[in-house]
Amino acid sequence: MQLCGADILVKTLIEQGCETVFGYPGGQILNVYDSLYKYRNEINHVLTAHEQGAAHAADGYARTTGKVGVVISTSGPGATNLVTGIATAYLDSIPMVAICGNVPTTQIGTDSFQEIDITGVTLPITKHNYFVGNVEDLADTIREAFRLAKSGRPGPVLIDVPKDVQIAKCEYELKPPVEKDEAFAAKDIRIKEAAEIINAAKRPFIYFGGGVITANAQDEVLALAEKIDAPIGCSLMGLSAIPTDHPRFLGMQGMHGHYASSMSMHNADVILSLGVRFNDRVTGNRTKFATGAKIVHIDVDGSELNKTVNSVCGLRGDVKLTLQKLLPLLNESAKPDWMAKVDALRKEEESYLDNREGLTPRRAILTVNKYLGENTAVCTDVGQHQMWSAQNLNFKTARRFASSGGLGTMGYGFGAAIGAAYGTGERSVLITGDGSFGMNLNELATAVRYGVPVVVVIMNNGVLGMVRQWQTLFYDKHYSNSVLDCKTDFAAFAKAFGADGETVTTPEELDEALGRAFATDGPYVIDCKIDKDEFVLPMLPPGGSMDDIITKLEVEL
Amino acid sequence: MNRYTLAVLVRNQFGVLNRLTSMFRRRQFNISSITASETESGEYSRITFSFDGEENGKQQLINQLYKLPDVCSIKELTANNSLSCELMLIKLKNDPATRDEIHAASEAFKAETIDYTKDSIVLRVIGNSTKMDDFISLMRDHTILEICRTGTASIEKGSSTLRQNLNL
Repeated sequence: MQLCGADILVKTLIEQGCETVFGYPGGQILNVYDSLYKYRNEINHVLTAHEQGAAHAADGYARTTGKVGVVISTSGPGATNLVTGIATAYLDSIPMVAICGNVPTTQIGTDSFQEIDITGVTLPITKHNYFVGNVEDLADTIREAFRLAKSGRPGPVLIDVPKDVQIAKCEYELKPPVEKDEAFAAKDIRIKEAAEIINAAKRPFIYFGGGVITANAQDEVLALAEKIDAPIGCSLMGLSAIPTDHPRFLGMQGMHGHYASSMSMHNADVILSLGVRFNDRVTGNRTKFATGAKIVHIDVDGSELNKTVNSVCGLRGDVKLTLQKLLPLLNESAKPDWMAKVDALRKEEESYLDNREGLTPRRAILTVNKYLGENTAVCTDVGQHQMWSAQNLNFKTARRFASSGGLGTMGYGFGAAIGAAYGTGERSVLITGDGSFGMNLNELATAVRYGVPVVVVIMNNGVLGMVRQWQTLFYDKHYSNSVLDCKTDFAAFAKAFGADGETVTTPEELDEALGRAFATDGPYVIDCKIDKDEFVLPMLPPGGSMDDIITKLEVEL
Repeated sequence: MNRYTLAVLVRNQFGVLNRLTSMFRRRQFNISSITASETESGEYSRITFSFDGEENGKQQLINQLYKLPDVCSIKELTANNSLSCELMLIKLKNDPATRDEIHAASEAFKAETIDYTKDSIVLRVIGNSTKMDDFISLMRDHTILEICRTGTASIEKGSSTLRQNLNL
């Protein structure tokens, strides 16, 4: 059947299983939007307030569904507005396809109105990108982009489609959705080596990351922990894969990780690392990181092995398939001494817990926990609130936490929470700070327009809390440009946007407000006032080792 | 620090060289020479580059290269398993006082005179990179006007080819 490029583009998205896409129209993508109108009964398009919000929404959709998130924008500024969203997805290995319009091929390279070399701009932040010069290549390029986005270690792929290619016609043939490349286990010889090291371990620790969620390997991770009697910790990206209340789970590891989790890893003799990349926020000073441990590292991306820390055994392969082959080679063994040590660390951690009265950050998150269902996705922005969330949220189901781990994108959360609500088909929660929320609060208009149920909890301390924390600890309390002190009434702001909202100052008020928020159709904003001198603890100072961990605040404020 | 030579077969796509060099730049790989050309098949281009670094850096470079969808095959070429050569054009000042020395040196290096005017001499030198470096240092005593080097072209000895281990 002869179709124009724009129709082919939309038909191919439908063919690839896209139900909801996010985006923003403009001059050079108008033909595609005309086709979205034509096929509106087969594909749902969500119009955001800003292309960045659309990119984050596609990301949140992808994180909560495991499917490829799709974002569409026009050329020039539309395309460059996607950049932060694409980079966020790239750093966290999230499958995404970004489609941009561009000026007609005859005008490419002439600095036309709203022309930008977006394939050049996004080269370092995409898995791959394409400039489609011929309509005959369009459908297969989109299919290839979907395959790349979801295969192996997932990531964003961008497709740049000039306007004349959207108009030109050619034959379109419906094809089945592309399969991702077949996953493979690591080599048998490496698995055998790993098994020998693990069987000889006296103090094994399992440390997993986002790769476990991508590979859907949480059952294998738990089976492994049971068999070798090991505690489990994870990176920020691994959160939600294993229920928070699982007895073997010690929580997040790293700069603001749980004390017992970080210390157990530090004391381990073998660290079984699954789908992680040993980011500096996890290791601190790499020369002092887990010096007494042998690292066994499984990752689908071979370039992660020995990239930042050296492993004694690197296994390139799908985490799930590799663990399935590894498990039968492991001896079942109890390690009562090691587990007693871990329990002692846990008890010690409990003594550090913040049990103060009033609306403390921890109490706020614990109050949110009461309202989370099995399927509720929680998104965050970036900063103190993100760490408080990571530390205290009660995760029940994999893929129900979305947070910008690698890029650390303030302003990520609202778009992501909208995408997550579409992805799960349920109410989502955004925990944010007043700084982060200020970056992309325009997306409240989107949530109101479509009646997207997003409960927004702003941990409002009037400052850029994480920046302030560093300034307190490492910059002689020079609070340079970190005091926001905005006079914004977020509850009134919510009402002005057509939503509802309120301000709370006590845990009881927060509890009641959450009750109203979870009973509301559409978005609800809770401005939750907290003190500006709250700290995220524990803290491993940047470039420090576990010997430098700060568990209690001893700074005179 | 060692020098490694890698031969990379890539899909002959618009902008593919940019994708490789962009990766080298952002990951701070120290590339000392690079050549790119079409091959026996219109489908592929061949890129040969030299890299200065350590063994683990080289392995990381190979791993990162394999992540680029346009990269089809990579082989490390060593002095033992391959043949390498480079071409250089060097333009020198034609000074009667040094003319004979230049001619003696070019004879020893089997350099060919390809342009000769009353003010300048252009020589063509072919050989491995060390030979080029040696010839240049010899010519430093004279007035070098311009140098253009192609970078290393390398090919494996025997019948094996890059296309035999396509990673598609």
